[in-house]
Amino acid sequence: MERLKLSLRYLRRNTSLAIGLGILVFLVLFTIIGYMVIDPLIDPYPLAGPASTAPTLNYCPRTDPECEKTEPKAYIFGTDAQGRDLLGVAVAGTWMTVQIGLMAGIIGLGFGAFLGFTSAFYGGWYDMIVRWAVDVMLTVPGLLLLVVIASSLGNQTITVTGMGLIIASIAWRGPARVIRSQVLSMRERPYVMMARLNGMGGMSIIFREMMPNLLPYLGAGLVDAVTAAIFASMGLAALGLGPLREPTLGVTIYWVINQSAFLRGLWWWGAVPIVIVALVFVMLFQISIGLDEVANPRVRRSQ
Amino acid sequence: MSNEAVLKIHDLDVQYYTDAGVVYANNKINLELRPGERLGLVGESGSGKSTLALAILGMIKPPGGIAGGEILLDGRDITKLTEEEMRQVRGREISMIPQGAMNSLNPVMRIQDQIIDSMVDHELGLDKVTMERMAGDALEAVDLNRNVGRMYPHELSGGMKQRACIAIAIAMKPKVIIADEPTSALDVVTQRQVMQTIRHIQSEMGAAVILIGHDMGLMAQFVDRLAVMYAGQMAEIAPKEQAFRSPMHPYTDMLIESLPRLATKGEFHGIPGITPLLRDLPPGCVFNPRCPKAFAPCLKTTPKFLEHRPNQWVACHLYENESETARS
Amino acid sequence: MRYSWSFVIKRFGLMLLIIWSGATLNFFIPKLTPRNPLREKLLQEASRGGYIPPGFEEMVQAYEAKFGLDRSVWQQYLSYVQDMLRGDLGFSISNYPKTVWELILEGLPWTIGLLITTTLAAFLIGSLLGALMAWPKASKLFRYVLPTLLIFGAVPAYVIALTLIYFIAFRLHLLPIGGGHSIGVLPSWNMTFILDILQHALLPALALVLAGSGGWAIGMRGMMVTIQGEDYMTFAEAKGLKNWRLFYRYGVRNALLPQVTGLALALSFIVSGSVLVELVMGYPGIGTLLARSINQLDYFMIYGIVFVIITGIAITMFIMDMIYPLLDPRISYESK
Repeated sequence: MERLKLSLRYLRRNTSLAIGLGILVFLVLFTIIGYMVIDPLIDPYPLAGPASTAPTLNYCPRTDPECEKTEPKAYIFGTDAQGRDLLGVAVAGTWMTVQIGLMAGIIGLGFGAFLGFTSAFYGGWYDMIVRWAVDVMLTVPGLLLLVVIASSLGNQTITVTGMGLIIASIAWRGPARVIRSQVLSMRERPYVMMARLNGMGGMSIIFREMMPNLLPYLGAGLVDAVTAAIFASMGLAALGLGPLREPTLGVTIYWVINQSAFLRGLWWWGAVPIVIVALVFVMLFQISIGLDEVANPRVRRSQ
Repeated sequence: MSNEAVLKIHDLDVQYYTDAGVVYANNKINLELRPGERLGLVGESGSGKSTLALAILGMIKPPGGIAGGEILLDGRDITKLTEEEMRQVRGREISMIPQGAMNSLNPVMRIQDQIIDSMVDHELGLDKVTMERMAGDALEAVDLNRNVGRMYPHELSGGMKQRACIAIAIAMKPKVIIADEPTSALDVVTQRQVMQTIRHIQSEMGAAVILIGHDMGLMAQFVDRLAVMYAGQMAEIAPKEQAFRSPMHPYTDMLIESLPRLATKGEFHGIPGITPLLRDLPPGCVFNPRCPKAFAPCLKTTPKFLEHRPNQWVACHLYENESETARS
Repeated sequence: MRYSWSFVIKRFGLMLLIIWSGATLNFFIPKLTPRNPLREKLLQEASRGGYIPPGFEEMVQAYEAKFGLDRSVWQQYLSYVQDMLRGDLGFSISNYPKTVWELILEGLPWTIGLLITTTLAAFLIGSLLGALMAWPKASKLFRYVLPTLLIFGAVPAYVIALTLIYFIAFRLHLLPIGGGHSIGVLPSWNMTFILDILQHALLPALALVLAGSGGWAIGMRGMMVTIQGEDYMTFAEAKGLKNWRLFYRYGVRNALLPQVTGLALALSFIVSGSVLVELVMGYPGIGTLLARSINQLDYFMIYGIVFVIITGIAITMFIMDMIYPLLDPRISYESK
């Protein structure tokens, strides 16, 4: 209880973290409540409702004059040109996009941290190869690598899980470099040398001495990796290489572009994914700044 | 050498407002500096000497500020000046020689540009050629070759950098130079060179120097008068000989005692106890917890800073009562 | 002489290494998939009945020759590298007989123009605003209002572009919706055409600059905070320098150095962002070309474009490496 109170008081000072977590809570609630309201197998997909309907609380097709008295249907986010209920898209799509981000982010961070750790710790040939690989991979734009990979898969339709794995295949680049440089600088620190002198074995040093000091970087790294993964998934989707059958936020924006939604006046179709995407990125951004302040209080004090 | 003080500090109070409370960095500081004079300012870390330097330069930043008193430069109270007016004073009438020359020079500018930009900003109305010549003169005055001006800081050695900083400080012939531990970061040999340079310049220009430090040995060789600060307050100001031979304030006495002497080898005398936190000062005389001569009044009232002997000022209850036996 | 030949050669070699690595990845990744998409694609085209593009047989043969499926992988690779060195990127499947290189050249000037201007603008504007945010003597407006605008930096550029299209182009009709120039206008070097181009380029540029500045601002702000604690700032102020001189010559000038390093590292992200913005706005650059190629599964185009972009980035990084010593006198690349 005490800890909770202290944390809340800290949040009051660290506005960025507070905002970020606030948005996170909002999105989580939105998704949970949303899933209770929609039918996830029908609503986010084509033909769930009438096409191109603006957001309305009581939709009734003109062919059914009785409807208005008894059962008008509400499409509070409207529907798109193919009949998808945009509320369903918002709820299901957000979760799918986050899934992709988490999957790619966690795998990327895990693998990248492992590479960075081991290469910095053990050095030698292994380190040289890893360093070369990471440097080259980082110079080449991730989006392009993904384009090459995804388009090479040919005409198969990609699933949500598939997207996650594809992006994971390059998500390890950033964390590998960051963790590697951190471990390199830590390796020479006195407390590690003391541990070595005391006869602690390699693995033991890694886990007992270095890990705790790496946690802030791993935390920030996870937020960054997830942000980058969502960015990448949306970029791929916009190019047409996303899971086209699923209503992820990126794919929805793809359809918005592809079907000239704005030019047809279907502003709500674009507004829904854009607003949610903006929220997601702002949330990740604020959390990242917030974590940065936790690790580096000097920035805060200067205001 | 006129006797009218070029710098008069009267009851100066400098305070910092922190989350943990008010820090009384400078308390009722009184000081006079005559033209051409060399004054040493000593005290332990945390005694407030650097704060005093910053206050004279008008560079105390929030959350701190000057809470009272005045600083008169040639009769003008510089604490009341606007930011722009104070900026004009800095560098031209009062200048500073910094402590860590390693980092005090802008890494991406040539040395002479760092001398000249100050001249430009003080709107002396000089043309480029004249300013370059003056910069070269300043460099020569500190025993550096004129063409050092075209170099970048990373091309200079530590001693050269410090001398470059001195050149910058004297280029416009200020009246007061504040040297904040100018030789702390240097080796002994370079220390001597730099101090000689400062002395040479200062006597040529007739500027007054406040030398801040805690190396009493260095003070003994360089200064005319010695000012001793403790816990944000001025303890004693006396001419050099009197300060060393017959110090009045017990703190000064212990400081000088603690200097190792060739004659009495073996034992080191320190000063027992630690400096109080500037936001948590003891009542009465600020030195009383560590003072071997403390007696009743010391715990209750702060002694006033008075000229108890000709030319020797001290804040100590020992001298306040005429009926007390005078110390010989 | 701040440069030495050994340094220049090393950096040049690094650039070549990156280009080579990019080309290699480009070659091997498609091969790693269990199927052979090129073959499938060509067969698909052939079996479509209806329309077989002219010269299809020649293309199949060129394909066979170039990728020599009957030869070993290493031989294929070797001939691939040779082709790359000659600048032969092959033919475009969808636009045969146009070569990949031809099509890229059509779009390249548009992309480069947009990229260079927006990158520099975002960098300079972002850095300046970031520096102002950290300067205590700057007006309150900068210190408190601007940080809220940083939020733009979090959102991808093309999302901002979409929003801008809707509000400014569609609703307010202030600027054209997309494209590089008005349809039907013949390109020629006169004022009206140039203005036309600028009008069309404004929205994409705006989106890219809005999205890009945020990152630079934050980085610059952090650097300025650190620099204000440095001894040379204190000494400079003690010299009685004017506020703007302290800000620019002592503050910004020193903070810019790590920012420029950051620019070199951020190049790949900048390019990705630009590609997507082009796509969204129908801007006739490499980005739109790439999107179309993906749509049509024109593999030669895709690989060709990816290769050209990687090469472009490598060259730019090399140029930036060369520029860096000019900015920081402490860096000298003489061999010791």
